[in-house]
Amino acid sequence: MNVSVSNFDEAKRSMTVSQSRGALSIRNVTKIYDPEGVNVMAVKDCSMEIAAGEVCMIVGPSGCGKTTLLNAIAGFHSITYGEILLDGELLCGPGKPKAEQGAERMVVFQHGALFPWKTLAQNVAYGPMVQGRLSKSLALEKSRDMLAEAGLGSVTEKYPGEVSSGMSRRAEIVRALINDPKVLLLDEPYRAMDALTKSIMHESLLETYDRTKVTIFFITHDLEEAIFLGDKVHIVTTRPCQLKKTVNVDIARPRSYETQSSEEFRLLMEEVNEAVHEEAIKAFKAGERELA
Amino acid sequence: MSRSIEAPTGLSMFVYRFKKSLQTPDPYLTIFGVGLWLFVWWLLCEGLRVDRFDKIPGPIAVFTELFARTPFQGISIFTPEYYEHILVSCRRIAIAFAIATGVGVPLGLFMGWSKRIRDYAFPILETLRPIPILAWVPLSILMFPGFEAPVIFLATLASLFVTTLNTMLGVDSIDEAYFRAAGCLGSSNWDVFKHVVVPGALPYIFTGLQISIGVAWFSLVAAEMVSGDLGLGYLIVDSYMNNVTVPMVIGMITLGFVGWITSVMVRALGNWLMQWHVKALALQGR
Repeated sequence: MNVSVSNFDEAKRSMTVSQSRGALSIRNVTKIYDPEGVNVMAVKDCSMEIAAGEVCMIVGPSGCGKTTLLNAIAGFHSITYGEILLDGELLCGPGKPKAEQGAERMVVFQHGALFPWKTLAQNVAYGPMVQGRLSKSLALEKSRDMLAEAGLGSVTEKYPGEVSSGMSRRAEIVRALINDPKVLLLDEPYRAMDALTKSIMHESLLETYDRTKVTIFFITHDLEEAIFLGDKVHIVTTRPCQLKKTVNVDIARPRSYETQSSEEFRLLMEEVNEAVHEEAIKAFKAGERELA
Repeated sequence: MSRSIEAPTGLSMFVYRFKKSLQTPDPYLTIFGVGLWLFVWWLLCEGLRVDRFDKIPGPIAVFTELFARTPFQGISIFTPEYYEHILVSCRRIAIAFAIATGVGVPLGLFMGWSKRIRDYAFPILETLRPIPILAWVPLSILMFPGFEAPVIFLATLASLFVTTLNTMLGVDSIDEAYFRAAGCLGSSNWDVFKHVVVPGALPYIFTGLQISIGVAWFSLVAAEMVSGDLGLGYLIVDSYMNNVTVPMVIGMITLGFVGWITSVMVRALGNWLMQWHVKALALQGR
């Protein structure tokens, strides 16, 4: 790949900076929906520590409250009890139920949320432009550079509706990264993709991670995905969402596709599978409908 | 020997598309449909002279009159009155449509965006909307002086409701994820309005505008029939009063064509503004 000097500097800068930032503490978080009417407890006393620059995978049954947790971090929803801190600073907690939305925590949405009325380049340039960090022309220039770096150089002037779902998902991650976020929050971003596209997406995300070392909070159903991408896999219980088990993935980086056929990988799969299966059965028995 | 693989543009593109369309059944079906319709009209009025239809001018009478240098019943493409009627109606439509769009689109956008504004305005809108435009005629004559203002008022009113409602629904239709994404990316309220609310509602707005221009013509003609001095609606009802039926039919046909052209113009403007939408639909094969 052709990496220009300025991009290289950029990558180096964000690497050194991000190493010490993006630590996320989720402490005793509880979320109760509709406190007046029928109480639904989505998250119950959930605690997790996510180190700076860690890839943290959240695995759990459908509708268990994983997305609720993500929404609380992003500032879309309030929490009822507990607190969430980013690098020691309070995002939300007692007296401040809802975090403010901000570009330091970028979300990549389940169904994709690139603005369909903007080209990929305009989409990526949007963040720095509205934050007033870059002028429109500079933002567009940087956006084209970053898209090219992600292998999307030929489609920068296309609308999201004109490119494949894989391309638009990659562009969405570029749109997040251009803001130099502390944390990347991904909500099952590859859910609807076929296995082949998915594996390309995974390699692309790993490559991005190795370059930026941004903290990643990644919700998924896919166990292989969780182990292949993650440093840690947090398995959560069925509703209400609680941390059940944490599995450390000690597979060296950079990882490649072949990693998935190693013995190490298979053993981790078994470990995770067992814990998840238990929860899946509980969820099934509780008659939980697919909500997430 | 090399073959050009460049996509044609401009005139050559148009010629290419035209030639291509001649290979499909579409243009022949259209010609056949129009021909059949004209034939049935001719058969009823001039061929068989079916009872009661014999009082209606047939296609031959209408088109002979329309293209006559000296028309018997006063209206043809060579008489300045014909163009005056068209011009007056078009001018009224232009004013009414401009006012309705200028008020309706912002109103709809704000109603969709802010719950408070919706709470203020929506009940009033929903109460006024079902009142038929003809029921407004007496009131508008009392409210406004002259011929021009009441007619424009009625046309404006009719299209205002459609535009506002469609715009509001357009804002409602925007996926919550886009608002969230915009929030994440650090947008101010104004950024959200400019970059999410307006473009997101645009497909609905233009659907609304296409309906609204039709409704504007509809109510304009009704208004011109009741109170007017010129215009296509007036031409139709005035000819009927004076028992000259050919100009009446000429007025109707002209109205159809002019109305069609205006809605094509609105659609073209919409497609031009929403390249992203057109391209996405084209890829879905629509």
